[in-house]
Amino acid sequence: MIVKRLVRWFDERLGAARFVRTALNKVFPDHWSFMLGELALYCFAILILTGVYLTFFFTPGTKKVVYHGSYAPLKGVSMSQAYESVLRISFDVRAGLVMRQIHHWAALIFVGAIIAHLMRVFFTGAFRRPRELNWMIGVTLLLLAIANGFTGYSLPDDQLSGTGLRIAYSVVISVPVVGVWTAFLIFGGAFPGNEVLTRFFVIHILIVPVAIAVLLTAHLAILVRQKHTQYRGAGRKERNVVGARLWPTFTAKTLGLFFFVFAACAALGGLAQINPVWIWGPFQPAAVSAGSQPDWYVGWLEGSLRLLPGWEVRVFGHEVPNPFFSGVLLPGITFMLLYAWPFLEGRFTKENREEHHLLDRPRDRPLRTAVGVGALAFYAVLFVAGGNDVLASRFNVSVNLITNILRVSLFVVPVAAGIFTYRVCKELAARSPTAGEPEAPPGADVVVRTREGGYVDVEEPAGTP
Amino acid sequence: MNDDVQEKKATSRTALAFGITALASIGLAVTYARGGQEQIEGALLAVALGGLGFGFVQVAKHLLPQGPYVEGRETLPSSDEDQAAFAADFERGEGWLSRRGFLLKMLGLAAGAIGIAALFPIRSLGPNPGQALFRTRWRRRSLVVDEQGEPVGVDTLSVGGALTVFPEGHVDVENSQTILIRLSRDDVVTRPGRESWGPQGYVGFSKVCTHAGCPVGLYQQQFKRLLCPCHQSTFSVPDGAKPVFGPATRSLPQLPLMVDEDGMLRAQSDYTEPVGPGFWDRDT
Repeated sequence: MIVKRLVRWFDERLGAARFVRTALNKVFPDHWSFMLGELALYCFAILILTGVYLTFFFTPGTKKVVYHGSYAPLKGVSMSQAYESVLRISFDVRAGLVMRQIHHWAALIFVGAIIAHLMRVFFTGAFRRPRELNWMIGVTLLLLAIANGFTGYSLPDDQLSGTGLRIAYSVVISVPVVGVWTAFLIFGGAFPGNEVLTRFFVIHILIVPVAIAVLLTAHLAILVRQKHTQYRGAGRKERNVVGARLWPTFTAKTLGLFFFVFAACAALGGLAQINPVWIWGPFQPAAVSAGSQPDWYVGWLEGSLRLLPGWEVRVFGHEVPNPFFSGVLLPGITFMLLYAWPFLEGRFTKENREEHHLLDRPRDRPLRTAVGVGALAFYAVLFVAGGNDVLASRFNVSVNLITNILRVSLFVVPVAAGIFTYRVCKELAARSPTAGEPEAPPGADVVVRTREGGYVDVEEPAGTP
Repeated sequence: MNDDVQEKKATSRTALAFGITALASIGLAVTYARGGQEQIEGALLAVALGGLGFGFVQVAKHLLPQGPYVEGRETLPSSDEDQAAFAADFERGEGWLSRRGFLLKMLGLAAGAIGIAALFPIRSLGPNPGQALFRTRWRRRSLVVDEQGEPVGVDTLSVGGALTVFPEGHVDVENSQTILIRLSRDDVVTRPGRESWGPQGYVGFSKVCTHAGCPVGLYQQQFKRLLCPCHQSTFSVPDGAKPVFGPATRSLPQLPLMVDEDGMLRAQSDYTEPVGPGFWDRDT
């Protein structure tokens, strides 16, 4: 048979049959919440596929050209090569627009999936020993995903992306001592700078994707080495993994997920317009429109820039400008806390003396759950604040009122959400009969009904040689 | 319903799904060949991929072994002996360094020196900021022109009007953009020391927001306020564009204006302070 001959051919050269067989028999626990990380992985694959296609047509140049393409309203307008090439992709390259829109949608879902995955890991305590390293790699991946989203958003050189770059430049020059130099080195001079698009292009298509690919590989390798966590349940113990085998069931299921994610991105990319740069127009430094919004995952930073009142600090006759606090300090503290969380919690609970492979139910950890929900509420208020002008015009109230309400909410809502969550957790834990259910005693077996109708005991290490 | 029937049903569902994928793919090829249409392309691609996804999930759920399978989980740490052996192997031969303290110091010196030398090329990435953030293109007697490069005279704006202007020859230079507002027919003094800056009611303010650098584009004529559309910093024009709401901490710098012998607006000088967002050395 062909499989047998192929296996023989390769094994005679690689001698890997035994090792690969172990890999095929690897068991993955099954739960919908474990698919969030896979979702992010597949978004990354879609981003690479569509992104490579886009690089064949995009020109990251700032040189001015006059538009002669097929989009009539901009004919004869002077614009950068970058913007012109994005118009070409959108109107004159067949399948260009659908690829561009799939790429943008996949990027939005990518960051969303990473954050959802992070929330799952946080609320179930999957970051505890021995998984602190993988938690930190994951936080780095989130950082890189946001960075790549922002650099990609900047490339078309349209009015919105130029506004975003202007704000980013102002945030960089706000850094004490080194800010101005750093900004000049990144942008190749004062804003707008002639180099920034070419550099962001290299960062966007090479440096960050490679970094993501490397860290993703490490993330998955550590996952394989440590084996996946699982929820508590009959027959599931700290010392075993219960679930589907990698080959063929898990593979078929995860392939199905990949195609569904791709299908969803394709449907959105074809049917839901996103970032119509031809409406925003080419970037002009003196123009800006109200209701300028970044992509959703930058919304919390936009919100913090909007909410902070007009404060600045003076240090030895020098200025620490306002955007430093909202644009540098806040995200800095956010990611420091994310990196440190497993160690902070471990110091508090003293749980890091042993390994944890069984997941917590959020209700059984009311304090952690309350802190997590409170933090999410904090960033949700910031996110809403990023659209305070949109809210003001939608509800026909002054933007000042909305801003003041949100300033108060930023502190009140997270505390209230935290306290509420804590009480709900306590209540649920008290009511649920399985709360704090001890692990099944050693030697307790799982009995499973087979397809043929018989009953078998699955305690013995199934399938592994 | 017994397993056989269920398997048969799953098989036909899967076959149907893969068939739909094939049909949608043909449609995709035809659409492309006929010139392409992004809505149809996206929809057909979604159907084609969705068919594959549905098929694979059917296979995984109904046609493949379900388990559950149980795999043992060994403890992660190696034995103490293995750890000790690893440490010993790693440290073997380190005597050449630890026995000769000066060698370690020289190695540190060499590594530090080459590390710093390797940083120098970073300097090529951009120019020295120098005075770039302290000066704009406005000079003494720069002619005030609009975005099309047309000179602006005393009759260009009626009272309450506003216009984005640049120094002649530097239209669209980011740091020189200025918002010109006519507050009245008489000279306007926004602050002490600016007695001659607002001839015939014309006042000019840097259009670069002092918060995060967006163009302060919205002039609310009724309240005589300038609003930045990015983060809603609000500046009161009659008070020298003092911030009255939002995150901005400093007033928009005012451009000293004059009317020349032909009734055209000109700058008396550059801005007297740096325009745009704050930075560490701003006041030095």
